[in-house]
Amino acid sequence: MTLSFRVNGRPVTVDVPPGRRLLDLLREDLGLTGTKEGCGEGECGACTVLVDGKPRLACLTAAIQVEGRDVLTIEGLAASGQLHPLQEAFLATAGVQCGFCTPGLILAAHALLAENPSPTADEVREYLSGNLCRCTGYEQVVEAVLRAAERRR
Amino acid sequence: MTRRSGGESDPIVGTPVPRLDAEAKVRGEARYADDLAFAGMVHVKTIRSERPHARIVRLDLSGVESAPGVVGIATVADIPGENIVPIIYRDMPLLAAGVVRYVGEPLALVAAETRDAAREAAARARVAYEDLPAVFDPRDALAHGAPPIARPDAADEGNAFNHMVIRKGDVAQGFAQADVIVEGEYEVGYQEHAYLEPQGVVAVPEDGGMTVYGTLQCPFYVQNAVANVLGLPLARVRIVQTCTGGGFGGKEDVPSHLAALAAVVAWKLRRPAKLVLDRSEDIATTSKRHPGSIRYRTGARRDGTLTAVEVEFYYNAGAYQTLSSAVLWRGLVHAPGPYRIPNVKVDAYSVATNTVPCGAFRGFGSPQVIFAHESQMDELARRLGMDPLELRAKNALRVGDETATGQVLTESVGLGACLAKAREISRWEEVQAEVAAFNRRERFKRRGVGVSTVMYGVGMGAKAPLLDKAGAYLKLEADGSVTLAVGTTEMGQGAETVLVQIAADGLGVPVGMVRVAPVDTSRVPDSGPTVASRTTTVQGMAVLDAARRLRLRIEDAVRAILGCPTFTVAGHRFCHPQDPARSVSFAEVARWMWTRNWDMGVTGWAEGKPVDWDPATGHGNAYFVYSYACHIALVEVDLLTGETRVNRFWAVHDSGRIVNPATARGQVIGGIAQGIGYALMEELPSRDGRILAPSFTSYHIPTARDVPAGIAVAFVEAPYSGGPFGAKGLGEVPLMASHAAVANAVSSATGGRLRAYPAIPERVLDLVAKGA
Repeated sequence: MTLSFRVNGRPVTVDVPPGRRLLDLLREDLGLTGTKEGCGEGECGACTVLVDGKPRLACLTAAIQVEGRDVLTIEGLAASGQLHPLQEAFLATAGVQCGFCTPGLILAAHALLAENPSPTADEVREYLSGNLCRCTGYEQVVEAVLRAAERRR
Repeated sequence: MTRRSGGESDPIVGTPVPRLDAEAKVRGEARYADDLAFAGMVHVKTIRSERPHARIVRLDLSGVESAPGVVGIATVADIPGENIVPIIYRDMPLLAAGVVRYVGEPLALVAAETRDAAREAAARARVAYEDLPAVFDPRDALAHGAPPIARPDAADEGNAFNHMVIRKGDVAQGFAQADVIVEGEYEVGYQEHAYLEPQGVVAVPEDGGMTVYGTLQCPFYVQNAVANVLGLPLARVRIVQTCTGGGFGGKEDVPSHLAALAAVVAWKLRRPAKLVLDRSEDIATTSKRHPGSIRYRTGARRDGTLTAVEVEFYYNAGAYQTLSSAVLWRGLVHAPGPYRIPNVKVDAYSVATNTVPCGAFRGFGSPQVIFAHESQMDELARRLGMDPLELRAKNALRVGDETATGQVLTESVGLGACLAKAREISRWEEVQAEVAAFNRRERFKRRGVGVSTVMYGVGMGAKAPLLDKAGAYLKLEADGSVTLAVGTTEMGQGAETVLVQIAADGLGVPVGMVRVAPVDTSRVPDSGPTVASRTTTVQGMAVLDAARRLRLRIEDAVRAILGCPTFTVAGHRFCHPQDPARSVSFAEVARWMWTRNWDMGVTGWAEGKPVDWDPATGHGNAYFVYSYACHIALVEVDLLTGETRVNRFWAVHDSGRIVNPATARGQVIGGIAQGIGYALMEELPSRDGRILAPSFTSYHIPTARDVPAGIAVAFVEAPYSGGPFGAKGLGEVPLMASHAAVANAVSSATGGRLRAYPAIPERVLDLVAKGA
């Protein structure tokens, strides 16, 4: 079936079989490999993308569910080339290690800051608890989100 | 080399240089294994054994071959070389031939146009088995009359893959001198690496050989395995590391097997072949931390002086050796802990069972025995009425002391400093008083503080000194920028940035001028494996060696350009000593060298300092140097639900000079999180050799809510003369120390004694009931 939506601000029309996951559509059909598959069952958060600004797990989302919607992937965050304040903050606080969870964490944090521009550290931990990271122990990730929030004020 | 006389550039080693790989990662541009695609690429799925121990009577793949989208299959008959994945021993087949020895053992391969098609086709395999008697517990496997599992050439005796010992002094005499003796048995299960990026490789046939791209730690291991199964010379096999999403030891030996599987398919079909594991296949069929059964007996005088320790432990190795002998050896050497003990007896066994082979995992056989020895120290402290930090400080190894293996420590022992610093930053006495007040006040909650101290032998040690080498190639480009090629890998730990800092500092150029080449076995020096917390130390020395050689050549050029035997350095320029107006920049020197056809490339080399070992007695200089740590955890236990939270954490490390304090801090906090998971949450049940729920739905690793905020990290830096700028290893140490501090805190809070991991609510409630 034919599917039309916007990804990172660009309109896209593609043919997809009904069962295709949004994750495969993004990674394989559109070449947006910044969205990662860590578990394929909605537990790790590595495939987090924003659909109309809300965090969604691309592994549990059928491609057809984004018909007419706006999808933001990590590639769309610095589309002009200039790093987004969240991306800059992850660099500044050493919040990146292996980096596999990083795109999902950054997009989840992006949604958090849209909902709550001045979160507390506890609120950041709560909001990001669906995004697993095995390297950092989260401290410098939380510092990055708080730093980005600070910079945006 | 003439050390820079100030002003040439800012100090680089010891500063929090931002990670060089981070920008590509935050942009989503970093290419991990599954992000690669090649024209004509097929997707491979492995057909695996469903039985723990059986003869294969018939393997019917007709339904697989005729399934939609299938391009081809591969079986044992399609292996052009030897059907062996060489790790330490040569006991593990690539594809099971005749007999399967664990659930999940590879039997055959199917390649299809899509991943879904390959998965669906693999499910059509029909295998007829004739079951053989199977054993899953090491004690059963060692019992008289147990069915043989291990291939005879891989085992010391029967199903005992290895039995290793330490004999020092006379433990009977030591226990006779003791005023207090504590004894305990400890049990730990699997720990799964849970790197966020699953295992994955792409094999591409090219140039009469094979190139494999993949997420991996040890490219030279993979090269050896692929060459062996394809029957090719090493020079016709090229391994290229992709951006690697976490390893923790899980990508030490496993990628050799997976790369060889994909390579056999690619070789047969003459098409690129991608093999990426999904999470459940990854958890169920790849290596994990060895389950262990551990018995300790420790004696001390009334003043706390240790007199003897006796240890016996058994690790469940699984069906093949893989790395178990090396894992066991590290466990053996680390079993006595970082203490002065005159009488030591350790017996360590790794045992074959019909279970998935265990392997390397951060700490490499030491965390299991650390849980036990640090529990013993707390039990001793309690019996002696001593402060647990004080008991450790009293027995802590110092310069000039002899370890349990008879090694005299000649330098860089920061353990005493770690203990003192941990006492200071945790406000040890006040925290204890606060905890006591909380426990008097609260009816249904209890807090407890726990401490642990560890030592860590850096590098491969005397088990495999032949691998403790590293090469580095530095090339000065014509514009003064620098390319660095090394054979160790970045897997998330930050090695790339640290090595560039060392190169830049050694050369006297800003970090931004140095870039690291991709790791490709055809283009980088063999630096041994990226394991054993050895990269900063051993690879770092090779990089520093190369930087010093290149620096000498640059200085020759400067002298020729300025026409004088000496020069000064100011603001990134080399100046004539008498006439500072006559000066030349680094870039101008490079251009000058290039236009005169100077050799712009240098090779550096390093190897670990000598080690030795007598396997009969367990005496020897086991490692060339040791790192140390002291961790303190404060936990809160809910007496009604048994739930445990870690509220606060303090970590002090001696890893010699810290090259990058920001990435080091991240490594420490990440290791603490893994240790909290090991002690409190991570449990992977199995029955009859089958992992019951291989999924993140039931295998819980810590989330942001499970790791306490504000973990305090401090470094005491006892420099090591054999490391670059005095650096030792760090990577594994944080995990090794953290879980034992948490375990001791749980015991302290409950008044019981935790003797098995993880401290899940049922187990904690049991401790509460016993402690009350």
